[in-house]
Amino acid sequence: MRKRMLVVSLALAVTAIAMAQSSPVLLNAAGATFPYPIYSKWFDVYHQAHPTIQINYQSIGSGGGIRQLQAGTVDFGASDGPMTDEQLAQSKFKVLHFPTVLGAVVPTYNIAGVTGELNFTQKALVGIFLGTITKWNDAEITKANAGVNLPNADIVVVHRSDGSGTSYIWTDFLSKASEEWKNKVGKATSVNWPVGLGGKGNEGVSGLVKQTPNAIGYIELIYAVQNSISYGKVQNATGKFVKADLAGVTAAAAGAANDIPDDFRVSITNAPGATAYPISSFTWLLIPAQIPDAAKRDAIKGFLHWMLNDGQNYNEGLSYARLPKPIIAKELKAIAQVQ
Amino acid sequence: MSSTATIIERAAPPESGPRALIRRLRHGDEVAHVLTLLFAASILLITSMVVYELWLNSHLSRAKFGWAFFRTGVWDPVFDHFGASPFIYGTLITSIVSLVIAVPLGLAAAIFLSELAPRRISDSIAFLIDLLAAVPSVIYGLLGIFIVVPLMRTTIGPALINTLGYLPYVGRLFRGPNYGVGFFTAGIVLAVMVVPFIISVSREVLLTVPREQREAALALGATRWESTWKVVVPWARTGIMGSVFLALARALGETMAVTMVIGNDPKIAASLFAPGYTIAAVIANEFTEATGDLYLSALIELGLVLFLMTFILNGLARLLILATERGGGHP
Repeated sequence: MRKRMLVVSLALAVTAIAMAQSSPVLLNAAGATFPYPIYSKWFDVYHQAHPTIQINYQSIGSGGGIRQLQAGTVDFGASDGPMTDEQLAQSKFKVLHFPTVLGAVVPTYNIAGVTGELNFTQKALVGIFLGTITKWNDAEITKANAGVNLPNADIVVVHRSDGSGTSYIWTDFLSKASEEWKNKVGKATSVNWPVGLGGKGNEGVSGLVKQTPNAIGYIELIYAVQNSISYGKVQNATGKFVKADLAGVTAAAAGAANDIPDDFRVSITNAPGATAYPISSFTWLLIPAQIPDAAKRDAIKGFLHWMLNDGQNYNEGLSYARLPKPIIAKELKAIAQVQ
Repeated sequence: MSSTATIIERAAPPESGPRALIRRLRHGDEVAHVLTLLFAASILLITSMVVYELWLNSHLSRAKFGWAFFRTGVWDPVFDHFGASPFIYGTLITSIVSLVIAVPLGLAAAIFLSELAPRRISDSIAFLIDLLAAVPSVIYGLLGIFIVVPLMRTTIGPALINTLGYLPYVGRLFRGPNYGVGFFTAGIVLAVMVVPFIISVSREVLLTVPREQREAALALGATRWESTWKVVVPWARTGIMGSVFLALARALGETMAVTMVIGNDPKIAASLFAPGYTIAAVIANEFTEATGDLYLSALIELGLVLFLMTFILNGLARLLILATERGGGHP
């Protein structure tokens, strides 16, 4: 008995030494600020489960993430918008996109005497942000909101002043909803806004909207939920008015799942599906296709596996929508491309 | 033996070579000289490196837009059209508004504190003013959003529009829609931020004016105010100007507080109530997410423009000080 215990404890000691000797892997990553809360949660939980693997994530913005990845100063990047063809062509190595979570953007407003949820047609949102619809009682707005007494007041448009993934999703949706928007303004993290005031960050936009009578702006769904800010319904591709929630966002991704390209660089704004919320988007991890360091490669692949399975369970707690099953299956297959 | 050696050494004529150098260094003068020279030179080095880096990294934008960069009013990251004029305009206007408010306020406060207030009150208030100067700018920005912006929209703005708005010429500055955010609000917040600099420095300068100057004026029959305004203030003129240009430098480069209250809309508007944008604010807002090379380069060129503006304004300040000194008043 005693001998056996000795053997067991010896074996334990040996494995402990072996584990301590397997050298720690330190991964550096940088990029998008929008998924930062879930990423830091993931990297922390993963580090506790695999003490030798430590991932440092700097939320410096999508643009910075892409630039640092291309410069080789980080092991992987993160972005709220997929890299453009031009950026991929400039890159010295092949970069793979892996969707991680989903986010959505919602319209918020402050109109004297209006307390209920407003319905916004796609035309109405485009018109308001283009500056062609200037009054709250414009026919395009009132026809979707029967029974609501909208004032004859000038609309004050509020947009983000800082470059952000939120603006990217919003302008991507407006570009799909209107040719005119696409040709005149386009989609990007910052655009040349035809009208409106700029607020810094979600808090800047919601602060300006709250203070300014007859204002409308757009904010992240998470921010609206966490701060109990009310927001409007938006008409989706099938013509239905949908209020954004996590299920509706996942539904939008599921609706787009069939046409998703192999490199996952896809916009899911205005996705088909009766319950799909139209202003949703993936956010991506950007992983180099070739990672020469075997330890780092295994660590990254291991993390991707974990993120797509167990990691998704942490999403709702932080108000992120989880990825739909078909996309997870497709991503799991794509991990093999990392070599 | 050793004592004779030292005597001989002392008696010898000043020698050159390493030994002499070491001995001279022991006195510390040379060390201090070299060290201070190095530190002074490092300022020059840092400044020129900043300019060099800005110049180098703005290459793409300079090559594409040339001088048109200063004239163009479009800022479109999607279609890669970049122009600096709305940002230059916004930076200048907000700084001017802030100085128009802060200079009389700061100078009057400094005169009171140095000439009229009892020394104990003056010292304790000066301490509070130094505290004000140390408040982080984001705090001023938040105060701006939550207090100045609503006040501006509901009270100050309408009051100005209904009075000054009817004046000829100047009136156009005070007309148009009033959202609460804009050039004027940014100017007010900046004024609050720079006024401690003006008060603090001006007070110190006024306190250094010799007592005899005041006494001489009083002896000649001047009232207290006359002695202050006609003798003491002109004597301290150079220092007061210095405080104003310190304030201007802070106003030109202020980022956080301005971006929170200016409305961040790159347009040139005659009305002070219109939303605008400044150079420092747009760089802070867009730098992190600037994905295109030309876009980044244009932002860096904006940095270069801001540097140039500060340089020119400081140069003008020096000239102004020189001119007033020649004009007399100062002994």
